[in-house]
Parts: sequence; structure tokens; C-alpha cells
Amino acid sequence: MDNTTIKEHYITEFRKAEENMNGEASTAFHLIRKNAIAKFDELGFPTAKNEDWRFTNVSPLFKFDFKKGNTVKLNNSDIEKYLINGLNENIIVFINGIYSVELSSIKKQDNGIVIDSLKNVLNTKPELVQNYIGKFAEIDNGFTALNTAFASEGIVIIIPDNLQVKGHIHLLYITGEEGKHVISQPRNLIVTGKNCRVNIIESYHSRTNEANLVNAVSEVVVGENSFVEIYRLQQENESSFHINRTQSILAASSTYTHYSVTLGGAIVRNDTNIKLNAENCTGNLYGLYLTEGSQHVDNHTLIDHAKPRCQSNEMYKGVLNDNSRGVFNGKVFVREDAQKTNAYQSNKAILLTSTAIIDTKPQLEIYADDVKCSHGAAIGQLDNEAVFYLRSRGIDEELARKVLIRAFANDIFETIANDIFHEHLNNLVFEKLK
Amino acid sequence: MSTEVENVEELTLKEYKYGFETDIETDVIPKGLNEEIIKLISSKKNEPEWMLEWRLKAYKHWLTIMDNEPSWANIKHPKVDFQDIIYYAAPKKKPELKSLDEVDPELLKTFEKLGISLQEQKRLTGVAVDAVFDSVSVTTTFQEELSKLGIIFCSMSEAIKNHPELVKKYLGSVVPYTDNYYAALNSAVFSDGSFCFIPKGVRCPMELSTYFRINTSGTGQFERTLLIADGGGYVSYLEGCTAPVRDENQLHAAVVELVAHDNATIKYSTVQNWYPGDKEGNGGIYNFVTKRGACRGVNSKITWTQVETGSAITWKYPSCILQGDNSIGEFYSVAVTNNKQQADTGTKMIHLGKNTKSTIVSKGISAGKSNNSYRGLVRVHKNAANARNFTQCDSLLIGDRCGAHTFPYIEVCNKTAKVEHEATTSKIGEDQLFYLRQRGISQEDAINMIVNGYCKDVFRELPMEFAVEAQKLLSISLEGSVG
Repeated sequence: MDNTTIKEHYITEFRKAEENMNGEASTAFHLIRKNAIAKFDELGFPTAKNEDWRFTNVSPLFKFDFKKGNTVKLNNSDIEKYLINGLNENIIVFINGIYSVELSSIKKQDNGIVIDSLKNVLNTKPELVQNYIGKFAEIDNGFTALNTAFASEGIVIIIPDNLQVKGHIHLLYITGEEGKHVISQPRNLIVTGKNCRVNIIESYHSRTNEANLVNAVSEVVVGENSFVEIYRLQQENESSFHINRTQSILAASSTYTHYSVTLGGAIVRNDTNIKLNAENCTGNLYGLYLTEGSQHVDNHTLIDHAKPRCQSNEMYKGVLNDNSRGVFNGKVFVREDAQKTNAYQSNKAILLTSTAIIDTKPQLEIYADDVKCSHGAAIGQLDNEAVFYLRSRGIDEELARKVLIRAFANDIFETIANDIFHEHLNNLVFEKLK
Repeated sequence: MSTEVENVEELTLKEYKYGFETDIETDVIPKGLNEEIIKLISSKKNEPEWMLEWRLKAYKHWLTIMDNEPSWANIKHPKVDFQDIIYYAAPKKKPELKSLDEVDPELLKTFEKLGISLQEQKRLTGVAVDAVFDSVSVTTTFQEELSKLGIIFCSMSEAIKNHPELVKKYLGSVVPYTDNYYAALNSAVFSDGSFCFIPKGVRCPMELSTYFRINTSGTGQFERTLLIADGGGYVSYLEGCTAPVRDENQLHAAVVELVAHDNATIKYSTVQNWYPGDKEGNGGIYNFVTKRGACRGVNSKITWTQVETGSAITWKYPSCILQGDNSIGEFYSVAVTNNKQQADTGTKMIHLGKNTKSTIVSKGISAGKSNNSYRGLVRVHKNAANARNFTQCDSLLIGDRCGAHTFPYIEVCNKTAKVEHEATTSKIGEDQLFYLRQRGISQEDAINMIVNGYCKDVFRELPMEFAVEAQKLLSISLEGSVG
């Protein structure tokens, strides 16, 4: 299929779904979907002609006929391997994008805190999400349009003023059905009031070896003086496609920290955008990607400094092996009034083979004068002298290389506040390097 | 604060020093662009048939892309009406001039006003100058002395007549007419420019220089420069530009091609001071220039140094193609924008050969309501083992209505490559200013000193004569700006 026929395919799917909707087709929420499908019709899937997609060719995914998945019966023991011991106070499981009540377990939370699936919320209290969904993740490419048009399932976390979520929330997305290419489009919404705190882990896994497509969109609204932290782990199989967009907006004096770890996937595209929309906020974006085979990982970030006295830190590190390809595009945008901005960005990559490719574009657009902005990018290889040093101390070459790669990633590890996650990621990195 | 504001006002009122128009008889062809015009230009210049064919080929290519004026750059301007431009204007041709004394005295006066009295230059500084007025080269000094060494330094039209084999071999070999929109246009209508050939093993004993000036209203300037340094050759080349004050926008679309063979070195320095328009953004030159150098041979080296203070819009990316093993490309740039000027400038370093090195140092200064962008590409190809790049691009913001942007592209396909990129954006530190002020240095001098220090890495690369001029230009552009 080419770009146009596949576009028509999804539009027909949308019409079909609409016909089976009964009452829902007339809700206010469905209007958002309708607008999105119209937008999708206009935009289509991005091509290399689009500057933001220049290095990422999505046409390989047109080869597959992706179908909506069904829920698959799984036991608690099946999902155990995906859990992180110590961070599993609240577990929410989505199988092929469908919320699984049986596998999920949520601790008793304070009154007013909502942790539920989007489908349930739309059925019971649609007014909770009505004012948020689609307001932040602006539809500027076909994938976001498609996700919005089919938005029906995902997580909704709403925290009223002065409350904290007890324990971590682990969102588990498991995709795959034997003999089928599954498409899953989770739509997540996280909203906090004033003085709230929440720690979230998102992890994405494949059940099977088939190529699946996950097209996720998350909107995160951080309230005044609140603290939101998201650890995002992408561990799907190496034939799957993963498109993700996380759009966050920060209110005064809030802090938002986002980790994006990419280990799996054939073609992965992460759009991580934050808008510092009031004074004194802090945005932290950290990323780590380890690729091999013919994986393609594209990280796009946008930090929009809209108001004065905010600060942002961004650091992405990548290790590319075999024929894999990495793309990094980090844009820092400082608006006219955003004086006293501090923005720091760094992006480093190591190429382990001469067939790996990295395309980097750290981009600054600055319209205010009283700012401190810097960015750095470096591309290199493992230092042979360092390998030699370790080998001369009796460490075999393979381990020496692993140790050096782990040391390269250490700048990211140092920023991880949670010891359990730190350890978990450490294990994942060593496992990937095997 | 109030004195600073006054100073800024003073600065914006400062007139463009080179904005006079010379009343001189010119030979102007009708406005517009079509095959007939190209044939007319070619015949006015008594060009051989092959040259006209090449122009027409370029024109035909341009026609196919005519509606796709590039829009990716971070600049805004109304569409250029290519039919509203005079593509050829020359000082009335008298019979071929034998010496400088026969040049129209008005013209000589103009160059004197510009501070490049050809006579004086000839005597005092020993810089060989090729002066291009509107579209054609009017005089070239020191030609004879250079020819004793085998160096060819003349106008492009002379080169087409006298050295067709060289022109045929190299013209369009670095920037083919299919390269981009303005390169295609330039290839079709270029009127003149400079040509220089340094033979094997010759070190050019003096700085070569070209001075460009747009004089006639409604004209565009499309010069074409071709510089070749054969094995072991060395040349340092300077380029300067000015134009009269007008409230219309004039187009300048030049192409510069450099070729460095084995062990050859080319230094190309530009001080670009085209009329930038008034403080409301009326008038000024659109400077859409393609400059590219090819390091063809082993150990060859090309250095671009530019000081960009003029033009309403600058769109310019002097680049290096590092083909030969061990070849080196360098790019040093200071770009200053004030009022409503827009600059989108930078470089491309294409690493193809082994052990190739490139250095990029870009210093952007934006003031007033201007926008200044650095756009660069560093590409390391598969076979470019041990390629090395260092990039530093700093932006200085003066005032809170201006913008500074960086768009660096880094594409690496070889694991032995080492690529570094650093960028910072800041304003002049109040502590730095305070330090200088408390030592009795006036606000203006202090800013000047800091800005000059900021640009030092680039000025150091300029030949002496130019460094002085560049420093002066900078202080005129930025005098008294708020720190």
C-alpha cells in the first residue's frame, strides 16, 4: 500500500467504527475525533519532504495490514517479568491497547484522585477529560491526527489540589497477537492540580515476534507547584513500529521530569515536547537509546520557553551498533518575553560500527536577550586507549567495551533520583549489550 | 539607561556611509528576463558560442524551477519579481582601456570615496584589485606583474575570451547550474566577475581583491567568481561590497567557486557591507549568494572568512567539499544584524576523503529587531575515515526584540569520525561592562571592546587591511547598544 491508499484505509475504518457507535457518535468528545479525521485526511502520513521527518522514512509500515487487537487472556505470572520490583504499587495493564481490569491493581488513593481507563471515564464522567484531551497535543502530523481520531482507550490520571498519589504508577502496554499485526493507539491524559506529586513508569512490550504498530499520544498538564516524573521504557520487539508523542504543559513553579529509554522497535519515533507556560518552572528531558541490527530511532524534542525565569535541562545519549540509525532533533525555543531563561542541552552519540549512522540537529531559536542557552553535540567512538587500559588489567575485550558504554551512559544514570529504577535500567542496558 | 537609549537612537540614525550614487553614463539593457535578454548580454560581452549555450541551458533549467523559490530559510521577504530587474548595466563602454588614466574620472572618484582608491592601493598596499561596478569589471590592477609569475587575474569576461580552456574546465564544476535556484539564475545572466588561476607551486605574493558595487537603480548584480589554485599554489583573496541608498530592494545573486588541487591553499575573505535598508526595513540588498570550495587534492586547504554587516537579507553558506585525503576546510564568520535585517548564514562541510578536518567558528550578533540564524551542515560520508570536525557557534543578543537561532545539522556515517558542536547564546554581561566602566572606559568603548573580543577568533583570520576595516564596521554597526 502507498501513502494515499493507506490513508483511505484508515478513513474508511473510521467511518465503519462511527456507524457502530450508537449514542457515542453524538457526544462532544466524538466531535474532537471527527475534526481529527478531517485533519488526517488533509495531512496524510508524513514524508521525507517534511523537514521534521526528513531522516525518518515511515513507508516500511505501509507494507503491513495492521488490525485492531483483541484482549488476550493472560495470567498474573505472564506479566510478572515486565514488573519492576519495588515500583509496582499501582499497576495498570493494557493488552493490545485494551484495559485489563483483572491484571491491573490500584492501591486505595485519597478521595478525588482518578486513576482509570479513558474508556471508563468517557462512559461515566466524560466532563473530566473534555477540557483537556486534544487541547495540548496540537495535530500537526498524521500520526497525532490518527491517534486523536481513534482515541478511545488509554489512561486517565487526575489529581486534585494538594494530593499525592500513593506509590508509583506503572503503566504496562503489552501488544501482540499470534499471526496478526496489531495496531494500538493509547491516548493518555495526566492532569494535576496545585501542590501535587506523581511518579509514573510507562513500559511497552511485545508478546509476539510479529510487527505491530503502537501510536501513542500523552498529554500531561502539570499544575502549580506540582511535581510530575515519567520514566518511559520502550522494549518492544525489533520488527515493531513505535510512534509516540508526549506533550506537557507546566504551570508556575512546577517541575516535570521525563526519561525516554529506547531499546526495542524497528522504527521508533519519539516526540517529547514541553511548554514552560508560567514563571519559575523546571523541565528536564533525559533520553537514552541503544540500537542494533537495522533499528531506527528518532528522538525529536521541543522545549518551549514561553515565560520568564524558567529553566530546562536536556540530555540525550545514544549508542549505535550494526546498521542502526539514530536521529536527534532538539529544539529550544525562547519566546520574546521569556527573559532570564536558562536552557541547557546536550546530545552525545557513539557509533560502534562504520555502518551505523547518526543525524543530529540541536536547534536554538531565541527571541529574548537576557538568557543563558547552550547546546553541545558530540559524536565519536569508544576510546581505544581506554579499552586497552581495561584489557591490560585483565578484563576481556567484550566486558571492557560494555563497561565503557555503561560509563558513557552514566551521565544519564546520575540524574535518576529513584534507586530502584536506576538499578532496573542498569540491568536492561547490560542485557541489551549482550 | 537613558543614555543607552539615546545611543541606540543615534545608531539607528547613523547613515550608511557608502550610500551615494555616482552620476555616470551607463549602458543599460531593458528590464526583464527571457532568452533574448540572455542573448543580448552574451552578445554585448562578445562571448563565444559555447558560453551562450551554457547560459541558455542554465536558463532552461531555471524555468523549470522558476516557481519554487526556496522557502526553507529563516527569512521573510516579498516574492522577487524577476521580470522587474535589469540584468545588465555597465559604465558606457569606451574603447578598451590601456591604463588606469583612461578610466572615467567619475568612476575613479567613486572608488576613492569608497576608500579603495585604485591608484593609491596600487602604490601603497600592493594589493591587486579587480573592481566590478554594477555588472562589469572596470579595472584590474597589477595584472602584468602577476602574469610574470604565471598568475592569471582578470575579469571573468576576459578569461572567457583569453583562457576558454580553463573556464570551460572549471566553470560550474563546483556549483553546477542545477545546484539551486539562485545559482541557476546566476549561471544564466551573470555579467562579470573575477577569475584567478594560480599555477603549480606558485605562492601569490600579494593579496588579490575584488570590489563590487551596485550603482544603477533597478539593477541586480550577478557576478561569478572562479578561483583555481593548482598543485602547491597559495592565494589569499579579499572581497568587498557596497551599494547606494535606495528605498527599493535590489537583488544580488552571486556564485563563487574555488578549486584547490594537491597541497594548494586558498583563503577567501569577505567583508560584506551592502546597503542594509533603513531602520524601518525599507530598501536594502537581498544577498542570495552561493559560495563553495572544492578541496580536490590531497592536503589542500580552503578557508572562508566572512564579516557580514550589510544587506537587508543575507542567504549565504560558503561551503567546503573535502574530497582529497588530509584536506582541511575552515569557516570563520561574524554576522551582525541590526534594525530589521535578516541573516540566515552558515556553512556546509562535506567530508569525503580520509583524515579530513574542518573547523567552524560562527559568531552572530543581533541587535534592534533583527533576526540572525546560523545554519550549518557537517556530513561525514562512509569512507571518510578519521574525519574531524569542531564547531562553535555563539550568539550575542543586544536588545530584547531581536532573535538568534541555530540550525546545525550533523550527519555521521563513519564510526571513526569525531564531531563536536558547541553553541551558546547570551547577552553582554553586566559584570563585564561594569568591570570596564569602573576602569574609566566609556559605555560605548566598553561594548566595543567586548564585542571585538567576542569576534577575535574570526578577525584573527582576516588579512590585516581587512581586519582593521572589519573592526571599524563593527563599531559603526553596534555603537552604544544596550548591554
